[in-house]
Amino acid sequence: MSEPANVDYLSCLFKSLDAKTDDSVNAGTSPENPQSWLKQLRAQAIENAGQLKWPTTKDEEWRFTDISSLAKLPFKPAQPGRIPALSDIQPYLIKEAVNRLVFVDGFFAPELSSIASESQMLIGNLAALATQHASTIMPHLGQHVQHQKNLFAALNTAFLHDGAVIVVPQNNVVDLPVHLLFISTQVETTHYPRCLIVGEANSKTTVIEDYVALQKNAEDAYITNSVAEFKLAANAQIQHVRLQRENQNAFHLANCAVSLDHASRYQAVSVSLGAKISRYNLDVRLEAETAESIIDGLALITDQQLADTHTCIDHLKPNCTSHQKHKCIADGNAHAVFNGKIIVRPHAQKTNSSQSSRNLLLSDKAQIDTKPQLEIFADDVKCAHGATVGQLDKEEIFYLKSRGLSELTARNLLTYAFGAEILDSVPVASLKHTLEQIVLNQTQSC
Amino acid sequence: MKNQNNKTILDVQNLHANTQSTEILKGINLTVKPGEIHAIMGLNGSGKSTFAKVLAGHPDYTATQGNIQFEQQDLLALSPEERAQAGIFLAFQYPIEIPGVANSQFLRLAYNTIQSKRGNDELDPLEFDDFVREKMKLLEMNPDFLDRSVNEGFSGGEKKRNEILQMALLEPTLGILDETDSGLDIDALKIVAKGVNHLSNSQNAMILITHYQRLLDHIVPDYVHVMEAGRIVKTGGKELALELEKHGYDWLHDDRHNNVGVSA
Ligand SMILES: Nc1ncnc2c1ncn2[C@@H]1O[C@H](COP(=O)(O)OP(=O)(O)O)[C@@H](O)[C@H]1O
Ligand SMILES: [Mg+2]
Repeated sequence: MSEPANVDYLSCLFKSLDAKTDDSVNAGTSPENPQSWLKQLRAQAIENAGQLKWPTTKDEEWRFTDISSLAKLPFKPAQPGRIPALSDIQPYLIKEAVNRLVFVDGFFAPELSSIASESQMLIGNLAALATQHASTIMPHLGQHVQHQKNLFAALNTAFLHDGAVIVVPQNNVVDLPVHLLFISTQVETTHYPRCLIVGEANSKTTVIEDYVALQKNAEDAYITNSVAEFKLAANAQIQHVRLQRENQNAFHLANCAVSLDHASRYQAVSVSLGAKISRYNLDVRLEAETAESIIDGLALITDQQLADTHTCIDHLKPNCTSHQKHKCIADGNAHAVFNGKIIVRPHAQKTNSSQSSRNLLLSDKAQIDTKPQLEIFADDVKCAHGATVGQLDKEEIFYLKSRGLSELTARNLLTYAFGAEILDSVPVASLKHTLEQIVLNQTQSC
Repeated sequence: MKNQNNKTILDVQNLHANTQSTEILKGINLTVKPGEIHAIMGLNGSGKSTFAKVLAGHPDYTATQGNIQFEQQDLLALSPEERAQAGIFLAFQYPIEIPGVANSQFLRLAYNTIQSKRGNDELDPLEFDDFVREKMKLLEMNPDFLDRSVNEGFSGGEKKRNEILQMALLEPTLGILDETDSGLDIDALKIVAKGVNHLSNSQNAMILITHYQRLLDHIVPDYVHVMEAGRIVKTGGKELALELEKHGYDWLHDDRHNNVGVSA
């Protein structure tokens, strides 16, 4: 069905893999400790990537998202380069987040990062922590994401050289959010952001995963291929805000895998605003009883953008709960895709699951494809789902205009209102405010 | 309340209006001067709401004949927002709910838009908050309504009060109240009537669309018009409303020789 993986992009990547004799994971570690486990993980991923095919629109999972244009781009892995000034990243900083890890083109930038002395958790970059904390990190890194099956997760792992690591120890509650800021500055390269977040038993934390662009020119193309892995031990709670604000010509390919233990709770909000083509795969595994996941998503796109969100929520054990709300707002010629799979395994009785996909078309040329996909193998379950695609209500527009508001203001306000429900779940006040302003000013056409 | 000058706020002549398929308004004539309160009565389906919405510029209707002058402007040439900015306000018969838009945000946006178009200063959120709370007192509205989405989950009566609150904020030259009284209990009716009386002065005018005499006990009209099948078929003073209340609308037809006041 699919094309073999011998396309330009891949062959270019594999060439650069071969050329890489010295990898930065080893930089800074003593020769006595060659971090063989990381090398092994990478070697495994390289092998996997070699076996996997480049996805095409003939693959069910990629039906609506044509990335053939990307395959033709000879984008090499990014190399360490110039670090932006703190003032350049100022607009992206989140005032509540005292702990911040900044990566520039995938490389850790300690000069832009900040870690509070009493951070109550293990936080830092993988290259620095991999040796000393191997026993904590090794059981999780690359163990949750499916790099055996997913080409982009495999490539990310194959090129793994650094990443953000957060481990919240047992019983620790970290009130203030941690900001993981991934900045791309280079043109025509690929960078490989990576996150590992582990919440140990009874811990609690909030993580903001944030992708921004600092190229001089908004037309500059680059590829972000990111992987985030979350592990929640028993009773752990993690709030995850994911914000994709790449530039308008970027390709953003992302995988996030979440594993939940007994009575743990994962609450996520993801907001996709940028990129020419973006694809976000979120895989949530409810692996023990009474685990809970609450997932909200908003894609707000215009012009020629394509935003594809594929989620899979897998109920493996009884008595778990999952609630999901996803909204797409497409203006211009944009194309939004949502595919929401919910699996309820044969023994996962008393599953309580809901999914709603609501979509707003702001122009005649925009397109939205939404597909709920329920695979239910247990009989005593509650699964509600619904999907709608609509336009702004003309009575609502008239009501606002009859109070003096211009057509544009009325449309912006109603668009904002549509998205606001999702933004309401952003647990960080200043970030929520920033996002509300972005959504309020989004509609350009009228 | 009649104002002796002969300036005209609204002058409707031979107005015909259609939906896509049918003609609903079939030649309406109405002149409204500053300080006047006009009541429009008539059976369900006679075209009262359509007339109100045509005045406000609702896109479902097209005026096919006639014209409307509003303070020396050609009203039909203006967009709905320009009409609002020029001083037209319609309190809707069925105010819609707008989930996700906070009432306070909506009210402030509307207020500031209209103020700036009229060359007045805008209010920042704090100033506006004080200002709107004052206006809410007049209508005995709970300030909690500011934090809720526009009309969402409001009772019928609460929606109507929210409409009058908007009118109080926007200070129109012509307020059109479409069945603001229906769905109100007697206490709420009195509060709304008090609000409307408070807002009405010698410079502005009101058109009250109603089914019932009881609103007119509290807001006394200068003229009462009766609509039927898209036309104003009878015009009289406030006593006409009492007659209609007593005899019903059929009485108009029994009274064949009485065509006094029928708008030409
Ligand atoms: N948008 C519309 N499309 C079709 N018919 C309409 C529309 N609006 C009003 N009508 C019809 O026009 C007539 C007058 O309606 P309306 O103005 O609401 O009357 P009233 O307010 O006096 O009860 C009714 O027969 C109604 O069904
Ligand atoms: Mg009506």
